[in-house]
Amino acid sequence: MGETVVPCYHCGLPVPPDSHFQVNIVGHDEAMCCKGCEAVAQAIVDNGLADYYRNRTAMPATGANVVPEALEKLVLYDHPEIQRSFVIQAGDNAKEAVLILDGITCAACVWLNERHLRQLDGMLAVNVNYSSHRAHVTWDTRKIQLSKILHEIQLLGYNAHPYSAHNADQLRQKRHKKDLQRLAISGIAAAQVMMLAVALYAGGFYGIDINMQRLLRWFSLLLTLPVVAFAALPFYRAAWSGLRSGHLNMDVPVALAILSAFLGSVWATFMGGGQVYYDTVAMFTLFLLATRMLETGAQEKSIEAAENLLKLQPAMALRIRGNEQEFVPVMELLTGDDILVKAGETIAADGEVVEGQSSANEALLTGESRPVEKEPGSKVIAGSTNLDSPLRIRVEQVGEQTVLAGIVRLVDKAQAEKPQLAQLADRVAGWFTLALLIFAALVFAFWWWHDKNRAFEIMLSVLVVTCPCALSLAVPAALAAAGSHLIKRGILVTRSHALETLSQVNHVVFDKTGTLTLGYPRLVAVITYAAASEHQCERLAASLEQQSEHPVARAFLQQVSAKDMLPVSQLQNIPGKGISGTMAGETYWLGNRPFAGDEQVLPPDGLAEKHPGATLIWLRNAESVMALFVLQDGLRAEAKQTMDRLAEKQIKVSVLSGDEEKAVAAVAAQIGVNTFYFSQTPAHKLAVLREIQQQGDVVAMVGDGVNDAPVLAGAQVSFAMGTGIALTSQTSDIVLLSGRLSDVVDALETGAAARQVMRQNLWWALVYNLLALPFAAMGYISPWLAALGMSMSSLIVVLNALRLR
Amino acid sequence: MTTSTLIYLLSMAMVFITLLVVGILWAIKNGQFEDLEGPAQRILMDEDDPMLPENQAKKDKPTQGKN
Repeated sequence: MGETVVPCYHCGLPVPPDSHFQVNIVGHDEAMCCKGCEAVAQAIVDNGLADYYRNRTAMPATGANVVPEALEKLVLYDHPEIQRSFVIQAGDNAKEAVLILDGITCAACVWLNERHLRQLDGMLAVNVNYSSHRAHVTWDTRKIQLSKILHEIQLLGYNAHPYSAHNADQLRQKRHKKDLQRLAISGIAAAQVMMLAVALYAGGFYGIDINMQRLLRWFSLLLTLPVVAFAALPFYRAAWSGLRSGHLNMDVPVALAILSAFLGSVWATFMGGGQVYYDTVAMFTLFLLATRMLETGAQEKSIEAAENLLKLQPAMALRIRGNEQEFVPVMELLTGDDILVKAGETIAADGEVVEGQSSANEALLTGESRPVEKEPGSKVIAGSTNLDSPLRIRVEQVGEQTVLAGIVRLVDKAQAEKPQLAQLADRVAGWFTLALLIFAALVFAFWWWHDKNRAFEIMLSVLVVTCPCALSLAVPAALAAAGSHLIKRGILVTRSHALETLSQVNHVVFDKTGTLTLGYPRLVAVITYAAASEHQCERLAASLEQQSEHPVARAFLQQVSAKDMLPVSQLQNIPGKGISGTMAGETYWLGNRPFAGDEQVLPPDGLAEKHPGATLIWLRNAESVMALFVLQDGLRAEAKQTMDRLAEKQIKVSVLSGDEEKAVAAVAAQIGVNTFYFSQTPAHKLAVLREIQQQGDVVAMVGDGVNDAPVLAGAQVSFAMGTGIALTSQTSDIVLLSGRLSDVVDALETGAAARQVMRQNLWWALVYNLLALPFAAMGYISPWLAALGMSMSSLIVVLNALRLR
Repeated sequence: MTTSTLIYLLSMAMVFITLLVVGILWAIKNGQFEDLEGPAQRILMDEDDPMLPENQAKKDKPTQGKN
């Protein structure tokens, strides 16, 4: 097995050997890796959207997470109380909302969603923004409900979450529009003014009627006025705020050049004679605005994507007071309130169980992937998920007092210790600007003494030609280009300095659960005892688990496709033990050993060594034990390959986990890693990391759970698996949206390429400035030529950076 | 003589520039620059597939291909 690995036609992950999921797509049976992908692909084909596969340019997220429990929760969104925060009444029977689409990897995904939603009865309008992944939907409330819309999106393998625009976002959009207006006005003006400038220069050369010259100058003045008064405003503002706070920034010489060139020209226009520089002013402003726009564009895009990630969890809870149940915002919960948490929901506050019996998944907080049993009296933690049945919880701690909030504070502390590269760059720029201004003043003084008429023109040339634009753009342009290259591949850079550090990384530390492994149990081995085949036993087990929402059930359900399921009667679920039911007249038991196992039948020797930390599930019928299923948190398919690629680059690899020794050692051995740390608490993890850093290594940490958050913040560069939760994404520098481990290596490679481009850019900018400066100071470069030179140098820097995309 | 021609031409230019500026500011305000990738992708993915003979046989496929 394993020689030719077939990639899943839908998501691209390897199809496990002996799996048999397939969907007929445009006449071909295509192999699928799991039941989820099969369901998603089938939904796409059934809705006549198979074109998606032809048009896509990137693989979507795996469909493995499309499970019924996630769908049921959507009904909550129909509740008017919850809708109040993000739904707008758009007519008598129409409502409008903005949804964040999660899992979009290329344009075909957007097309798929748009097309599918439009086919639904009752949809009035659907509009998906390709760059921000946000969908504006309007629907007829008589025909369709929001939950149905969200459900349909999930059937396609994506997740949709309501988005409520808040102030910062609106402000950013407003600013973006203003920037575009400035760019447009300076662009139109620059084109016109330059045309007139050609006439003026020609006139200066061949002779021109004095009236005509005055006319052209006045006209140029009229055109340049909006540029100076409106388009260039940000430069004055930045320069002024810099001066007021007592340090020189790069905008000071820019503002100085624009204003002095304009005022000098106005003077010449009124008085006659002299020179005008309207063309220089307009061109200079246009190019500066354009390069700045290019730079901020990519940044804004990543901010938008990061924001989309952070808003994924609903902040509502079902509060019980007397006989009344009411949805309230989590912020309004008080200590002593009772809340009801249904199966599959996230627990909103720390508290104690007062009623109900269930198990909770606390993996996000503890890294422990196995469910923890909950009964009256046991404590629950905000952020964990209730798995089996409803729990009534008495709230003990909310908001800032929760365990979750405590971890967040720990993160904040670790983050504050990060080196501030940005500040250093600012200081250097300040000195550079000061030197530049002094130099320009000296040049002016020299020429004033030497040749009064040319002094102003030459000082202007010096100011313009040495404008540190190329220098200031060298690094940000490369960072922005590399960031947008990565985001296209599903790698989101939330802090741009991370890219700089990536190239120096020589040690990658991986968390185990959820990072190297999938984070939920998977069927790894089947041992049969009776005549029935492995596949038959799997079928029986999956059929029994059809209705269950337990993670263990998911492991079985993923193995068997829905059409192979058998009808079950007399289904009985005994919490904490197992499940029994009758199929085709025979009764079967599935569960732990005392429930379904026979003490006579032993598991094969060496099983515990081969699969440490595995969960054993037994299947038996009335006569005897039929099969033993070994369930284990499965290794990610690309884990080994990723380690090999890292080893090739001579980058050290360690595994850092909160799990027990055996489990960690087994995983480390499978991927060929020698250094591993086990049984680590979040605080220990941070200490181990500090130790590695003390040895001089630059560490990249890859993790997924909240328990990893402090370590992530402490590492020089941190990666979070996008499948983890919002908090982790918030504290990490880079988020792997697609959840592919191999993206770590891609990001490292891009980081190295970005560093190279940054170096080239810095060298070029430096060489250009040093070469141009003496010529300008000696009066060989006229202002318009200076503006052209500075624009060209900036353009070269930006174009060089764009190679990274 | 030439100066008056020039005055005429320049004022005409001014009129057009004003129109241009008003037009582009309106477009920006209207959000036409919000999503620069979308329209380019959308036009490529319009479903003209039902026009292909092998697809016409399939009746269950919802078609938009009336244009």
